[in-house]
Amino acid sequence: MSQPPVLDLLPTEVEADLRATVRGLLDARCDAAAVTAVYDGDRAVVTPLWQSLTRELGLAGLLVPEDRGGAGASAREAAVVLEELGRAAAPVPFLTSAVIATTALLDTDGDLLAELAAGERTATLLVPLSAGPQDPLPVLGTDGAGRVSGSVTSVAGVLEADTLLVLVATDAGPALGVVGASAASVVPVVSLDMTRQLADVTLDGAEVTLVLDEGEPAVRRALQAGAALLASEQAGLARWCLEETVAYLKVRPQFGRVVGGFQALKHRLADLFTEVESASAAAVNAAAALAADDPDLVVATCVAQSYCSDVAVHAAEEAVQLHGGIGMTWEHPAHLYLKRAKADQVALGTPGAHRTRLAELVDLPGASA
Amino acid sequence: MSAVVADLEKRVDALLAEHDPAATERLEFLRARFDAGLAWVWYPEGLGGLGLPQEHQAVVDSLLAKAGAPGNHPEKNGIGLGMAAPTILRFGTDEQRRRYLRPLWTGEEVWCQLFSEPGAGSDLANVATRAVRDGDTWVVNGQKVWTSGAQNARLAILVARTDPDLPKHAGLTYFLCDMTDPGVEIRPLRQITGEAEFNEVFLTDVRVPDSQRLGAEGEGWRVANATLNNERVSIGRASERESGMIGVVSRTWRERPDRRTPDLHDRLLRLWVDSEVFRLTGQRLRQKLAQGQPGPEGAAMKLTFARIAQQASGLEVELLREDALRYESDQGWTQVRPDRVDFTGRDAGYRYLRAKGNSIEGGTSEILRNIVAERVLGLPGEHRVDKDRPWKETAR
Repeated sequence: MSQPPVLDLLPTEVEADLRATVRGLLDARCDAAAVTAVYDGDRAVVTPLWQSLTRELGLAGLLVPEDRGGAGASAREAAVVLEELGRAAAPVPFLTSAVIATTALLDTDGDLLAELAAGERTATLLVPLSAGPQDPLPVLGTDGAGRVSGSVTSVAGVLEADTLLVLVATDAGPALGVVGASAASVVPVVSLDMTRQLADVTLDGAEVTLVLDEGEPAVRRALQAGAALLASEQAGLARWCLEETVAYLKVRPQFGRVVGGFQALKHRLADLFTEVESASAAAVNAAAALAADDPDLVVATCVAQSYCSDVAVHAAEEAVQLHGGIGMTWEHPAHLYLKRAKADQVALGTPGAHRTRLAELVDLPGASA
Repeated sequence: MSAVVADLEKRVDALLAEHDPAATERLEFLRARFDAGLAWVWYPEGLGGLGLPQEHQAVVDSLLAKAGAPGNHPEKNGIGLGMAAPTILRFGTDEQRRRYLRPLWTGEEVWCQLFSEPGAGSDLANVATRAVRDGDTWVVNGQKVWTSGAQNARLAILVARTDPDLPKHAGLTYFLCDMTDPGVEIRPLRQITGEAEFNEVFLTDVRVPDSQRLGAEGEGWRVANATLNNERVSIGRASERESGMIGVVSRTWRERPDRRTPDLHDRLLRLWVDSEVFRLTGQRLRQKLAQGQPGPEGAAMKLTFARIAQQASGLEVELLREDALRYESDQGWTQVRPDRVDFTGRDAGYRYLRAKGNSIEGGTSEILRNIVAERVLGLPGEHRVDKDRPWKETAR
């Protein structure tokens, strides 16, 4: 077994400051009631919050080099932001635009990358949210005049986007193209997780600007980055569930004492703590591997995704269960986290898909191989 | 940093110049190394160290290994080096430190631990072994259990009750006990693997001089906790990918394609992921400790270590099927007395059985969950009916 490098898994001072800033902003402008309202069609929280994150804090430019108009930070900083967004179940398109679409565009010329970095535009990649880095990708066809047509279902980040990135069939293979969102027919999907609402997108002879000939590797790299960093969102989400549940169990009395004193519950929370600590170490490692462009990135991502996906779901399920009746209500925010966690588990490749990929990478072939 | 390394290199050169490893008797070399402060550089000067940060030890170790110098066989004195020594350093008198640390480090005196008793396992503060003062010695009577290496040990760290009228934590005192005293009887304790790693130790009118008391009378609980914290720090380390039990079962998987099934494949991959995440969590914990940040993950690490060891060794038995049902390597079920325990050694059945101890020794997983819940998460403590009552009045 070849040994991976030892990456720094502790936050730098800059990262700690960034965390405090993002958390402060989310505390002020992303309260649970406003997030819950998106399930009833009131998306008033989304645009102002996204503008604050991008235009005030400049977070959309973290992964963009300074000479391309970005902040020249790294995946480690993006991971910090995602952890905090997961903690707040924030309904903003950071992952889809500032991570995935941005990464897909890193090798392109033109102004789009700088406009995304500045928060002037918001983009998403036309692939189903469930598509992992290894999965087949939708490639749309063009007519003789170079207009693109086709449909992609269950795409995340479309409702917040003004720009769509699409793989377009060319004689030389799939190229990356840019389509204005106004040129697409977008049908919002009533989604399990409305904090990352999906949409079905149809292009019918839409005008497209090709920005990269080698589209497929760029898209796969973008999905790889998305998967690596989604783990941080999941770790942050799980951390919120643990902390909120512990805090509630310290004050909720039954049988004349706080229920957090019952050993059956203490032991479940101790196990959950162990899982959450482990998830955050795995997530930081994946982000650090991405930041360092380390050869171990794919293994680190498979490990982090398969682990953190399940921990986030488990943490949210425990939060619902251990809150008792209140955890099942619309009023309590636990359901926001359960829905986000379950959707995240499917997003960018299931845990099982990541383990299957891992089996090839670390030479543990399956039964028939 | 480099000045320190240069100084260490000079000291190693001087030691080697005066004591050529090829021409010096082993013990003589080890004693000279201790006296040169190169035994454990983070210990104080005069006690085998130089008062340096622990990370510099690696420099010394590699230089001496390169020169072909003899080692002190730390695997034969784990309790001494890992638990007795740091406790003696912290709580011992100058005289005790000078008397015990040198032969401990060289391996001339092997140590064992007389803590647990049949009635004091998880509830260690409930020990019933009595030490009664008789002039300037203590007379000790009682029974200890789970004592690994007692048959090879010259000395023991011992916790005994000196005042039964006080509540249980307050009436304990910590001693250094001579295992060659005629009142010490050692009986092998055979375990589920068939072998006898451990012992029961019966103490009958064992006389311990008061000069071998470590810490004040009644301070035994505090001293013992310092020892046990060292035990937990020393458990649950994995710095390399595929180290420990997952490495063993992964190798078996690669060597035996005929035994692979989809069900086992799924379980193996989950465990591989868990093991890798465990490694990363440990790596982050070590990085925190190096920065002086105390990490709360220590108890959690041991919980995970035990779970993975048990699940992976159980999986390997299923993978090997009938081959794992042969319990033939080493002595089979014959009672042997291993010098040291190797969790990942022998065959799959042995590993499966030995791993059962991982969630019991050094703090059961249940107690560790209490520790995490109470000390890390701040949840209320367990109801303790015996905490403030005189020990002699509590139910046992």
